[in-house]
Amino acid sequence: MSIAASRGGPAVLARGVSKAFGSGDARVIALQGADLELPCGEVAMLVGPSGCGTTTLISIIAGLLARDQGQLEVLGTDPNALRGDQRTLWRLRTVGFVFQQFNLIPQLSVAENVAIPLVLAGVRRAQALERASDMMARVGLSGRERSAPLKLSGGQQQRVALARALVNEPRMLVCDEPTSALDGATGQSVMELIVETCRHPDRAVIIVTHDERIFRFGDRIAHMDDGRVDRLTDRHGTALGLGAPERTALGFAE
Amino acid sequence: MRLFALKMLFGDAAKFYGILLGLGFATLLISQQSSIFVGLMSRTFGFITDTPQADIWIADPDQRYLDDNKALRTTAVQRIRGIEGLDWAVPLFKGLIMVQLPDGQRQMSQVIGIDDASLIAGPSRMLQGSLDDLRRSDGIIVDERACRREFMVKRPPEGGAPRPLRVGDILELNEMRAEVVGICKATQTFQSQPVVYTTYNRAIQFAPPNRRLTSMILASPEPGQDIDRLCATIRERTGLAAFPTDDFRNKTLNYWMSETGIPINFGTSIILGFVVGVAVAGQTFYNFTLDNLKYFGAMKAMGATTPRLLGMVSLQAATVAVLGFGLGIGVTSLFGLTIPGDRLAFRMTWHIPLIAASAVVLICVGSAALGMYKVLRLDPAEVFKG
Repeated sequence: MSIAASRGGPAVLARGVSKAFGSGDARVIALQGADLELPCGEVAMLVGPSGCGTTTLISIIAGLLARDQGQLEVLGTDPNALRGDQRTLWRLRTVGFVFQQFNLIPQLSVAENVAIPLVLAGVRRAQALERASDMMARVGLSGRERSAPLKLSGGQQQRVALARALVNEPRMLVCDEPTSALDGATGQSVMELIVETCRHPDRAVIIVTHDERIFRFGDRIAHMDDGRVDRLTDRHGTALGLGAPERTALGFAE
Repeated sequence: MRLFALKMLFGDAAKFYGILLGLGFATLLISQQSSIFVGLMSRTFGFITDTPQADIWIADPDQRYLDDNKALRTTAVQRIRGIEGLDWAVPLFKGLIMVQLPDGQRQMSQVIGIDDASLIAGPSRMLQGSLDDLRRSDGIIVDERACRREFMVKRPPEGGAPRPLRVGDILELNEMRAEVVGICKATQTFQSQPVVYTTYNRAIQFAPPNRRLTSMILASPEPGQDIDRLCATIRERTGLAAFPTDDFRNKTLNYWMSETGIPINFGTSIILGFVVGVAVAGQTFYNFTLDNLKYFGAMKAMGATTPRLLGMVSLQAATVAVLGFGLGIGVTSLFGLTIPGDRLAFRMTWHIPLIAASAVVLICVGSAALGMYKVLRLDPAEVFKG
């Protein structure tokens, strides 16, 4: 059974994606021909040792970085083909972000933080705050709308970040180490929330993590090493058969 | 996002008030020092602006500024009156004479002797008595500020507590009798000496005997005459210097500007104000932007376009600029309104707030531009680097 056919359509289709930073002696190859295929409706995890390229790959998938080589389609669009503000607007409509350090603006209230993507999308402030409030209720933070982010616990702040990521109803949720700043129990509860609120046939969730305790929440785990996706397994470690395909066919040399 | 930008600014109270105080202090220093400078400089030519009747000022060719008295022969006025095209010409005495108060105190004072017949160049604002009272025997008019200060009678002959000089008091000018017949409001001189008005002929009696007692000659052209041409004619025919009023005022001002250290002293303070603004407010605003860079990065990742982020930084810069400037110029205005004019020269012309505002804008634009450069160079992928 093909991956794309397992649930929904393909969310991410990457072939031979490469990326290097710097030049000359300072040139660092972050990705060298990474292949990845992730369907909608699943929670996928990108895992691997530090420096293996997970952050670079997720940045390229989310349209934050441009790849040097290879092919990529994210929910039917090649982010590289979009220019400047077009790509920014694509991110606004398509991708929700949860960051490792939450990145909540301390001077704004919790509800205002959650409302940011809506305001960016042109929704009137009052309506945006109302929708933010609804979303906060979904992540279990009802009544904390006017709180300052720094008054919340780490777990609550990550819930706020999740609400902010989802308030615009993006088709893709990208999480960067969402549990690394949290203790074990809080991390588990945040992951339960992510899975519970985001699992949807038309939505993809990609999580970059080093935290093995949350692997069990992933439907699909892409193990990366040395700038490539080495293997793809399910949460039990069973290979899913998409290792390093067609690199030669796509013309990527070492 | 405008409201969010403002909340980000106001929410960081330490930096916000730091920027505000920095800009406010810079505005205060720039505008207050400029106002005192302009006030002081205005005093150097105050008598010229207080004498609007005169269109032409005739003086010794070597006279460098208003108070640089190089007296003319008393006959010079007759020669000037002989020049065609002049409506009138009157002599003026302006010199320092020792004044003795009723209680015996002595005070060097600026005595101005004005034309006996026309009383041209007399004080423009009388508080007690009238200008015509100068025609009375031994009559002098004294500046109100001097009455309260240098001419304060500490031991009144009639006894009692010290009191200001008043109408009816008898003084001695160079040991000659003079009676106070009026109190006026005169523009303070640069050296802040008491000002005493009397008639020209009485003034040259008060002054030590000399063939050269006419300080200057004031004149006015007949209607339709070209002032510049008349001045040239006076110079040619008499060898004296003749200036239209504006030129004489500028000559006086230029002397003080170029020949004294006053502009350098005040200029240093003004530059210091600007440096304080850059060092405190500019630096703090730049740090504020740097502190928020990760949030700008997060917003950029979430879909905020670069123009939108630059707009947020611009709004923050404009807000602190307006508030900081308002604070500084408000305090300066309060200072100007509170401090008595006879104690401190303070004159805020419309140029001064403009200059202070330009300095504040420069500081804010500079620091905002540095912040914006960081925002422009901001890689949204940085948000994934922890």
